[in-house]
Amino acid sequence: QRGTFDTMSRTNTTSILEKPLGRNTNRVLGGGGSNDGTVSLSAFSYLYSELVQYHQGRCASISELERRLESSGYGVGLKVLEMHAYRSKESKREIRLMGILQFISSSVWKSLFGKAADSLERSIDHEDEYMIVDYDPITSVYASVPPDLGSLSADAYLGGIIAGVLDGAGFGARVTAHGVTIEEGENSNHSNHGGGSGGGGRFMSSNNLGLPPRKTKAVFLVKFDKEVLDRDSSLDR
Amino acid sequence: YTVLNCVTMANQSSLLFVIVGKNEPLYEAEFNHFPGSDRTDSLTRQNYFVLHSSLDLVDKSAWTSNNMYLRVVDKVNNQHVSTFLTAGNIKFMLLHGGKSDDSIRNFFLEVYELYVKLSMNPFYMYDTPIISKAFDSRVRSCARRYL
Repeated sequence: QRGTFDTMSRTNTTSILEKPLGRNTNRVLGGGGSNDGTVSLSAFSYLYSELVQYHQGRCASISELERRLESSGYGVGLKVLEMHAYRSKESKREIRLMGILQFISSSVWKSLFGKAADSLERSIDHEDEYMIVDYDPITSVYASVPPDLGSLSADAYLGGIIAGVLDGAGFGARVTAHGVTIEEGENSNHSNHGGGSGGGGRFMSSNNLGLPPRKTKAVFLVKFDKEVLDRDSSLDR
Repeated sequence: YTVLNCVTMANQSSLLFVIVGKNEPLYEAEFNHFPGSDRTDSLTRQNYFVLHSSLDLVDKSAWTSNNMYLRVVDKVNNQHVSTFLTAGNIKFMLLHGGKSDDSIRNFFLEVYELYVKLSMNPFYMYDTPIISKAFDSRVRSCARRYL
């Protein structure tokens, strides 16, 4: 499938509107494999490390760095939302809270990283808080946070992506990324629910890459605005 | 007198298509089938008025249906307002005089595809006015094909 050329244009460039959208072309999987439209983990990590260093050099504080990483991911989230909804060809939008959260933790995660998020939880203490857990997020496979940066998580970028998807869909929320220590005996291998990595296990966990097993998992805390909760509960009636 | 005439003229000839973001219109286009007809100021303003006044109704039905295509949300005199909502809650609204649902739906789907492609442009920020001329000309050709 090739994009059509505008015969009237004097230059040879095609407008972005003429290129076909294609299938999943932005997955990040370990180990390369450019034929099926995926990006290698190494390439992404290299680019991401440069992004982090760029912001690090321009920030005076930890929270500012975190905010910059989040806003970098925010734009991605907005685009992912539109692109994914279009590609699913279902012409349906998410209007319920649980719906959009499940959309993010399964569909968006699968299309970006090749596997669904490891779990979606609801906080017991706070009605408006939900948590998406990923044991092996791509942004921190190769990142180690020095102690003077405290609680900064390199996965703030992914938190920004989640925030972008939620904001675009009309569910305003504050999303923060936290690194939580993995308890002893917790299942840190990719569980099979949600189909996991499909046939063949293409996603390479850090165990396969020869790195020591991860000590922290990423927990994305999603705190919804009050009006979102009000609207959602009014839809229940 | 003049107001009545304007309304009937709107039925026959003009279609107003507006893309509305969260706060402001992002794109506007009028499609005339009869280029020779008199375009008076009050006609255009009335079209805009009708379309914008139906925004409230769109907001209401946005959260009760999970379809993207919302069909006709408002009817004023003989003018219908049809709406299509993208996943990012960007509203495509068409003011028309009663075209068939199917042709409008196809038009919206084509523009939706153009919109998604446009939003993949890293230099286009979500919820900002669309100034791309390529987008404009393709939307107009879609309108000629479907409407």
